[in-house]
Amino acid sequence: MVEHTIPATNAVVTLDVALPGIVWGWMITMNMWAKSIGTGVLFLGYYLSKRYSEDFAKLKLGTIVISLIFIHLFLLFTVLDLHQMFRFWHIFAYPHWTSAITVGAWIVSVLVGVLFVMAWAKLTNKDELFNKLFVIAIILAIPVTLYTAGIMSEATARELWQMPTEMVQMMLAATLTGSATLLLLGHGKLSDDAKRDLAVILGLSAFSAFLLYMGEYIFGNMKAEELQATLAYIQSGGEYASMFWLGQSIAYIVPVVLVLLSINSKSYGILPLASVSAIAGLWIVKHVWLIIPQLIPMS
Amino acid sequence: MKLGFLVDLNLCMGCKGCEIACKVENEVPLSSWRLRVKYVDIGTFPETKRTFTPLRCNHCEDAPCERICPVSALHYMDNGIVNIDKERCIGCAGCVMACPYGAIYIDPETNTADKCTYCAHRVSSGLMPACVVACPVEANIFGDIEDPTSAISKYIMEHDVKVRKPEKGTHPKHYYAGGGDVNLNPLASVREEGHQLFNNITHLEHIGGH
Ligand code: SF4
Ligand code: SF4
Repeated sequence: MVEHTIPATNAVVTLDVALPGIVWGWMITMNMWAKSIGTGVLFLGYYLSKRYSEDFAKLKLGTIVISLIFIHLFLLFTVLDLHQMFRFWHIFAYPHWTSAITVGAWIVSVLVGVLFVMAWAKLTNKDELFNKLFVIAIILAIPVTLYTAGIMSEATARELWQMPTEMVQMMLAATLTGSATLLLLGHGKLSDDAKRDLAVILGLSAFSAFLLYMGEYIFGNMKAEELQATLAYIQSGGEYASMFWLGQSIAYIVPVVLVLLSINSKSYGILPLASVSAIAGLWIVKHVWLIIPQLIPMS
Repeated sequence: MKLGFLVDLNLCMGCKGCEIACKVENEVPLSSWRLRVKYVDIGTFPETKRTFTPLRCNHCEDAPCERICPVSALHYMDNGIVNIDKERCIGCAGCVMACPYGAIYIDPETNTADKCTYCAHRVSSGLMPACVVACPVEANIFGDIEDPTSAISKYIMEHDVKVRKPEKGTHPKHYYAGGGDVNLNPLASVREEGHQLFNNITHLEHIGGH
């Protein structure tokens, strides 16, 4: 790889300006994190509604309200991060359909509308309408979950963000935080069977996401020189290496261990801890992955 | 017609005339550059050499910045220029994430994306880009790469030319003669704290915060 020529050339940049630094920062992390929760509760809520309908009846309104809150948080940070936030409407007035940003913004707008009608249907006891809309919400929630991976993939400059890995990671982030949030919401309300199912989904999501990150961590170096330069920020020590391992531990390792302990002992009291750990850890994981490709020089 | 640029790095002497001309012509604010000349020193004293590489937007044929722009603020012109409509830009910075060359930035004064436009406003009036006019050694060659009789086409034919990061599949329309990894690949050189000729660079705060 090209950086191995440096000892021979001793090439040092003596005049240039590092452009442009970190442009997508913590607000974009908030965006991805909040969206995972917003759509994740829908996926897992739908699962509960099919398998444990009586349990889910107690969480119906809570699920929709949490989804609405977190999708609005995601939208809030998306708009706040725009350097021209009052021009947000341009996405609707001048849509450019090759952009995953445009496609996502349109679909999420429809999803928000559907969620509001669902909340109204629940409050007015229109169960049939609620159930029909739930199916539509799930269909819309899939692209809403995945489109950020599309944006990251369209960010050609950042080798680290690849399709289809990012797409799978986005879906796993949703099932991880969705199951964790419903475990917290339904702690005193769900049956043990429902809790066990959610715990299994939480544990499997955490384990699968961890495996994907480790795959990239170990084998990424063998792919492209830019990827190698990016991964160096988490492999050669320093602030982002610590953050990376902290995130992996809190988001994935701790929840997997707690879920295993809980299922083995058939005691679900520690699941809220696993849930909080997963939700908090995911923020750190997403943040590190967002920042490190922005640290390498592009020109 | 497809307009392209070529820089003969064998001729460039790093005077930064093009950089200044661009700043003046396009009123590029402090701390932002549409075009900059990168210096890379190679070798070990006393066998050392300084290389100069003007870097600007490549006006890629498959431009990732255009593809990701949600509002078509970045768009192709018929002559191949990738232009920007700053009035339409929402400042999402998707293009900044997408450009593999770090050629696009958020203007701190307008809070919109900006980059080299090959001086589209001058070209439409039949003028050459400001940097081409300013270059004292005619290292910048600008013209229609679809016209085999143009100066740039002839230069491409007669020289071994390279583009930056061809592996990205962007098909840049900006060529370099006499360039190698040290000039064109940012990972082929190191950036050491305290080794810049100018270290105190003033950065403007973006209007409205981040
Ligand atoms: S060099 Fe960057 S800004 Fe210019 S057209 Fe290509 S991707 Fe866009
Ligand atoms: S910052 Fe402006 S030009 Fe760049 S992608 Fe966003 S809207 Fe388009």
